[in-house]
Amino acid sequence: MSMLHRPGKQLLRTSLRKADDRLGFASVGKTALSKIFPDHWSFMLGEIALYSFLVLVVTGVYLTVFFEPSSALRVYHGHYAPLNGQEVSGAFASTVEISWDVRGGLVIRQAHHWAAHVFIGAIVLHLCRIYFTGMFRKPREMNWVIGVTMLVLAILNAFAGYSLPDDLLSGTGLHIFYTIEEAVPWLGDWLAFLTFGGPFPGRYIIERLYPLHIFVVPALLALLITLHMGILIRQKHSHFAGPGRRDANVVGSRMWPSYALRSMALLFAVAAVCVLAGGLAQINPVWVWGDFKSSTITSPSVADWYIAWIEGALRLWPPTEFHVLGFDVPTQFWPAVLLPGLTFGLLWLWPWVDRRITGDRGTHHITGRPREAPVRTAIGVAALTFYGLLLLASGEELLVEWSRWPIGTIRAILRTAVLSLPWVTGAIAYWLARSLQRSKAEGALRLSAAQLRPRHGEQQQELEEHEEKEIRKTGPVPAAGLTPYEPAEHSGSVSGNGGPVESDGDRSLSEETFWLKRGPKERR
Amino acid sequence: MSPVQKKESAPKSVVVCFGIGALLFAGFAVAYALDLGTPVLGATIGGGLAFIALGLAIWSQLIDDKEPEYVEERNVGPSPEEEFDTFHEALVTEPVPRARVLWGMFGLSMTALGGAALFPLRSFYPSEGGNPDDLLTHTAFAHPRHRHLVTEEGVLIKPDDLEIGEVLTAFPSNYDTRVAEGATLLIRVDPSDLQLPAGRETWAVDGVVAYSKLCTHAGCPVGLYAQESNQLLCPCHHSIFDVLRGAPCIEGPAPHPLPQLPLGTDPDGYLVARGDFSGPVGASWWGYPA
Repeated sequence: MSMLHRPGKQLLRTSLRKADDRLGFASVGKTALSKIFPDHWSFMLGEIALYSFLVLVVTGVYLTVFFEPSSALRVYHGHYAPLNGQEVSGAFASTVEISWDVRGGLVIRQAHHWAAHVFIGAIVLHLCRIYFTGMFRKPREMNWVIGVTMLVLAILNAFAGYSLPDDLLSGTGLHIFYTIEEAVPWLGDWLAFLTFGGPFPGRYIIERLYPLHIFVVPALLALLITLHMGILIRQKHSHFAGPGRRDANVVGSRMWPSYALRSMALLFAVAAVCVLAGGLAQINPVWVWGDFKSSTITSPSVADWYIAWIEGALRLWPPTEFHVLGFDVPTQFWPAVLLPGLTFGLLWLWPWVDRRITGDRGTHHITGRPREAPVRTAIGVAALTFYGLLLLASGEELLVEWSRWPIGTIRAILRTAVLSLPWVTGAIAYWLARSLQRSKAEGALRLSAAQLRPRHGEQQQELEEHEEKEIRKTGPVPAAGLTPYEPAEHSGSVSGNGGPVESDGDRSLSEETFWLKRGPKERR
Repeated sequence: MSPVQKKESAPKSVVVCFGIGALLFAGFAVAYALDLGTPVLGATIGGGLAFIALGLAIWSQLIDDKEPEYVEERNVGPSPEEEFDTFHEALVTEPVPRARVLWGMFGLSMTALGGAALFPLRSFYPSEGGNPDDLLTHTAFAHPRHRHLVTEEGVLIKPDDLEIGEVLTAFPSNYDTRVAEGATLLIRVDPSDLQLPAGRETWAVDGVVAYSKLCTHAGCPVGLYAQESNQLLCPCHHSIFDVLRGAPCIEGPAPHPLPQLPLGTDPDGYLVARGDFSGPVGASWWGYPA
């Protein structure tokens, strides 16, 4: 065994030595191997997005070999009998061929579609984690903006990919997209005509979406991912509060040997989920919908979830159309142009809006907890309720079927809910955050009834004093992100080390980049 | 390494996971060769990936159990003032005087380049296509050549081809049925039930009325017809239109009635349009006529 083992080890060493002779990477390599990753599951959401992007690229490249981005009609000959011998667009014919005639093609096609859902889902959850822990604050505003941009690109590219097969359902989606473009102020009709090459459906939309879907947007995403991770490596991960965790350090596992293996496990798990779903769970069977004809439609016509909230808004927005200054303001402008514009505009600007609200201009590396910013948490919960209800409205027909109530009643209920429920859930979130803040309970479920009751005057003061004493007793433990952190620019003491570091007994060990800290680590 | 020293064996669970993974990948190759179908292909390769993931997860857990937690100083923050000044100075050095003017002119030329680059975008909709506003306000029925109503196969239609309560999608004659604007719904109802708006009393022929099939909300084909209530429903956003009264939207988000086509017959009794629709078909835009 050892005889077999050693030549391998020797070979690795010799090759590394030769490479190092030419590149001299040992020092950088050592630092890279000892990069610290915080141990918290929520830090893996972004990784899931990254790995599903890889799955998308790999499966997508395979699909490009067989897909024909063509609106031109041709005859389909293949195993799908109902379509055999019929004249359909090259895009639709080749998608059916990938599904029915290319061995293994359907697994790849469905894995690609499932991976798109995982990709956007992971981005949204990652965004929620960053939002509720306040980690878009200084110094991470740039990465927040890049992240939101990637979300927009991901949604647009998913929509483009969904449209490429030229099937009846996606064609209807494109028609709605065309009318949304028409509703863009002043430029709308030109924008729609330039995109489609004429009145709907134009002639070249498949041909135009194709390079965007397979090259331009993925390349942009790859560029932004690189930037996103470059900034992450430079700033290092944020981490949750805990003993010994400060703004000026990061506590966790070493990249090698710990984290790399854990992350590889996640990569394979993400790939496994996409491929298993691709083989076992049918998604978007375009041959059932049929090829696109602008005069035909399937019923029900429901969009994929990541844009369905716009569909829900389109359904709930009442007919409002008026003329002003010689222009007609189309009714679909409000739910489908203004709402998405405001949504992403506000998301982009959020770090600065939040700064206005909280007055917090400090640098943060310890993740806040949702309870520490009750207003932010309340706004977040209200927004999730709002978009969740819009998503629900995009499935109106299911509610009608389930409740047997007329569509008008369902719509009235949904309209009321969209306008009122966010206030309710926002208020509940605010109240829970405040209660948690006062009680220092670990989570909402650990709150006792007494802690939920609002406290006033002496009672509250007593509680606060008691807690303050306890904190003093245990020393400067950075409790829940409240660590005082003075950036160098304010304190005047300048160091390349990210500002003054409070002493907590571990200071003497800081000569090394990292060091052994405690015994068994705390599991989160 | 001394041969007497007892060597620890590799963790069995990890070895087994990777082994099963390898077997499943081999199984995929067999399944592919034998063409065993999508579920088997997906289950073998997906299952293999899952076992690799499991093996790696167990392995990393074993490492984690032995590894302590580490701390790394962040070492990021504002640079020392002096260093920053040196950097800034290096950046703004001006070997040639009045660099501001030069950079200004460079910026101007780049803006011009950007502006010039916009022009080729115009080719995305060549000017032979016509003005979008005009095209959106009129349909093919405005031209005498396209006045006949035909089925998707191009067959002329007589009012008696439809039973009462029947609905048919028709198109302008000699025109590409793929273009959305022409899609027209022919619906035959009992003529005595019709209560068309003033001025449209003669727009129906033997109870056959014609409306644009494109929803005035977001352009979807209004594909569902409820025969007993004479209502049309759009499956996209659930606007409901009243067929008997000129197709106003009685429920849902559509802002305009479905435009109606004035119907007539040619000397041979085939259905023709006696003019264009009562308004622009499909969704509205900022240039929608008042």
